[in-house]
Amino acid sequence: MSRTPKEPVKLVPVPSTNKIPERDIDKSPILECRHLGIDFGGLAAVKDFNMAIGRTEIAGLIGPNGAGKTTVFNLLTKVYQPTRGTILVDGVDTHNMNTVQVNKAGIARTFQNIRLFSNLSVEDNVKLGLHNHINYNMWSGILRLPRYWNAERLAHERAMELLSIFDMGYLAKYKAGSLPYGDQRKLEIVRALATNPSLLLLDEPAAGMNPSETAELMDNIVKIRDTFGIAILLIEHDMNLVMGICEGIAVLNFGQIIAKGTPDEIKNDPVVIEAYLGKRKEA
Amino acid sequence: MDVLTLLDYLIRGLSLGSVYAIIALGYTMVYGIAKMLNFAHGDVIMVGAYVCFFAMTGLSPMFEAGSMAAAVVPALAGVVLSMAVCTVLGVVIEGLAYKPLRQAPSLAVLITAIGVSYFLQNSALILWSSSPKIFSPIVGSGSQKIGPLTISHVTLVTIAACVVIMLALTAFTGRTKMGKAMRAVSEDKGAAQLMGINVNRTISMTFAIGSALAAIAGVLLCSAYPTLTPTTGSMPGIKAFTAAVFGGIGSIPGALLGGLLLGVIEIFAGAYISTQLSTAVVFGVLIVVLLVKPAGLLGKTVREKV
Amino acid sequence: MSRVVNRLANMNKTTRSSVFTYALVVGAFVILQLLRMTTGLGSVLEGQLIPICAYVTMALALNLVVGVSGELSLGHAGFMSIGAFLGCAAANGLAELIPFTPVRLGVAMVIGAALAGFFGFLIGIPVLRLNGDYLAIVTLAFGEIIKSVLTNTYLAVDKKGLHFSFLTDKNALEEGGLQLIRGPMGVMNTQRISTFTVGFVLVVITLVVIFNLVNSRTGRAIMAARDNRIAAESVGISVTKYKMIAFVTSAALAGAAGTLYGCSQTTFVATKFDFNTSILILVFVVLGGLGNMWGSVIAAAALTILPEALRQFADYRMLVYAIVLILVMLATNNPAIWGFFARLRERREEKKGGAAQ
Repeated sequence: MSRTPKEPVKLVPVPSTNKIPERDIDKSPILECRHLGIDFGGLAAVKDFNMAIGRTEIAGLIGPNGAGKTTVFNLLTKVYQPTRGTILVDGVDTHNMNTVQVNKAGIARTFQNIRLFSNLSVEDNVKLGLHNHINYNMWSGILRLPRYWNAERLAHERAMELLSIFDMGYLAKYKAGSLPYGDQRKLEIVRALATNPSLLLLDEPAAGMNPSETAELMDNIVKIRDTFGIAILLIEHDMNLVMGICEGIAVLNFGQIIAKGTPDEIKNDPVVIEAYLGKRKEA
Repeated sequence: MDVLTLLDYLIRGLSLGSVYAIIALGYTMVYGIAKMLNFAHGDVIMVGAYVCFFAMTGLSPMFEAGSMAAAVVPALAGVVLSMAVCTVLGVVIEGLAYKPLRQAPSLAVLITAIGVSYFLQNSALILWSSSPKIFSPIVGSGSQKIGPLTISHVTLVTIAACVVIMLALTAFTGRTKMGKAMRAVSEDKGAAQLMGINVNRTISMTFAIGSALAAIAGVLLCSAYPTLTPTTGSMPGIKAFTAAVFGGIGSIPGALLGGLLLGVIEIFAGAYISTQLSTAVVFGVLIVVLLVKPAGLLGKTVREKV
Repeated sequence: MSRVVNRLANMNKTTRSSVFTYALVVGAFVILQLLRMTTGLGSVLEGQLIPICAYVTMALALNLVVGVSGELSLGHAGFMSIGAFLGCAAANGLAELIPFTPVRLGVAMVIGAALAGFFGFLIGIPVLRLNGDYLAIVTLAFGEIIKSVLTNTYLAVDKKGLHFSFLTDKNALEEGGLQLIRGPMGVMNTQRISTFTVGFVLVVITLVVIFNLVNSRTGRAIMAARDNRIAAESVGISVTKYKMIAFVTSAALAGAAGTLYGCSQTTFVATKFDFNTSILILVFVVLGGLGNMWGSVIAAAALTILPEALRQFADYRMLVYAIVLILVMLATNNPAIWGFFARLRERREEKKGGAAQ
């Protein structure tokens, strides 16, 4: 795959690509994208995407259908290799990294079309998130050495602890694929959290949830941020959720950021309104 | 290494490759439309060859030896009859064994196809015994001198048949209503059904065409390599399947390209490396091609939507 | 007694199924050994005991790849043949060095397994980059290549050491030299050292390896890679690595099975381990159920004996086999039959629920 030369990497001080909450301002951002872009068959699906996210920020990425929001997630997690631009995770350039390495560098995600290990139990799904934090090798497993029993016991305890965030402990033994839709979405979040990320990407976490479930989810997202001290970037169509918990919002249309700002700024931005509702005809 | 020998090998390779291509077409069409590896396809070839063999041995004595009719009628009748039998056989197999498994996991269909393959081979064993039949070439054993080259009639007919079939199939899938329906079904079964295409009938039709082609391939194969046994079809079947994958499974031009290349490689490997290893070389080339182009030479790679 | 029953009832499904499999294998072994000591088994079954162990091991090994790892391999007989050829060559070569046959067989099986695992690794590098049917066809291709290569390999040993030649036999041997692999003539064993007991031990080891692997961190990762490749990578699991672990483990077990099988024959050739053998083992796995180990054990044992038991029907036996195979596939995938079983289970559970109240 041919690559155009990268932009030179600049670390701190952070260029003001968007607003970072006051409390994070003196620390380097957890994520910084510069001139990020990808072409699909000559068509630029995402172009010149610039964004910075603070250490403990909850940020939102919104935009009409087909704007390229999920593509941005796929670029950040290297499901697609970007054609142009730089991604810095905690100051480290992820150029040449693959999905696995990006996860180890600190990005975990959920998927718009749920991707659980549906034939495995709920507990096993979480343990798979813990995979790189369970310390024993294949031979200890086959020979059932003490290491195996110890590590598996710890993993079990940790998995149950994580499941308790969403009060899902009682579901541990069920097959992930047999859960109701809302629980599957929550399980994906738990599994992503289990990898111990510093940035959590949530792709439409409230899709298919009713208003009361959404309200509960909002509380939980804030709770997760506060407990784990991590940054969260979410894609969502539910404006109540986005406006309610996001501190910074970026609006994407046709693969480009058309506006950035706080929820209030975004609400009143004429460019954003036009992108969502179309141009107002002069009366 | 003189040019003449080289050319001779090339023509022999193209001839063998033409047979592979005709078989591969059947594989590729069925895969494209039913998304299944029809391992019984190779055994349909064998059935076709047996039918033609018995038709020819049965009809030959009725004509005066050496007459024009004796040369043409039994051969023609044999080909037509074997095509008819194989077409029916293909449709029956599809209807009885594969159709009930349309929703089943692909591995179940694969095992069923293997069962059908065993069934055909062992039925042939019981009906016609394991002792080999010597197949007489459908166009006699004469040859034609073209410049300094001597090419047997069988070779010429094989290559010609492959070209004709290829052109006919391209026209069929591109121009006719049924051909377009086939392409639609192979693209998206559900959508095709919603557009009013009878999916089951289209799949049956594909099996019919594929099996008729298998009959022709069987006759041509046994004209070039005249020993006919109940397992005659299995190795050429596997190789033709390889050819289909080689060219990009599901693609009709791919099957032609893959078949021809495979035939040429096999003949050259046998001539210049070792006859014992020619099959290994063929498979080796397949592996290398798939590593460079994971969907075959003319296949399209589909990106998974995340 | 009731405590044992209670514990069984409280076990989760995977543990229960592994306990059942061990019990099945050990029980069958004990019964067969008792019968052998008292009434005898009859020549057909007696002759099939070691092949059954070998094929059961093959089926379990292939189930690890097809059922647990979710990749279709059509060339597993190739690994079996590597184990058979190189393991038996080692056994014959080591005859003087290790006179005690069970140890010699054990060493030969380790060598066979190691070499088959090594080739599994080499083959896995290109193969595991491909997906679905393409992966299947490449394993088929490798199976055929292994067969061709072994058919043309000549290996011999004498006082000067190992001699190797390819395509034609150019090995000039000193007196007392021993031909280990003789090209198209295959391997001729000086002694048939495989025993049913060793075969049983191999099956048990295979079960231990597979069950313990599957129920560990590694096995979870293998199944995650099967269920959802992209999700597995997103949580930091290298899909290729774990597919490779499954593939190599399976190849090594197949190699050990090959050595066991080879050393039970007076002579065998490479064409014995062709595409049809690979398919035969796949049939065991599919009929036994993907990922279902006791299913593989029963299917492999039953379908190894069946054609032998049907020998009196001569030509018709394979025809019957084919028809049975098709009918079983049609029946097990018939929605009506599934629905019937589901209803049956529901009714039973309802009853259980009613009794509890």
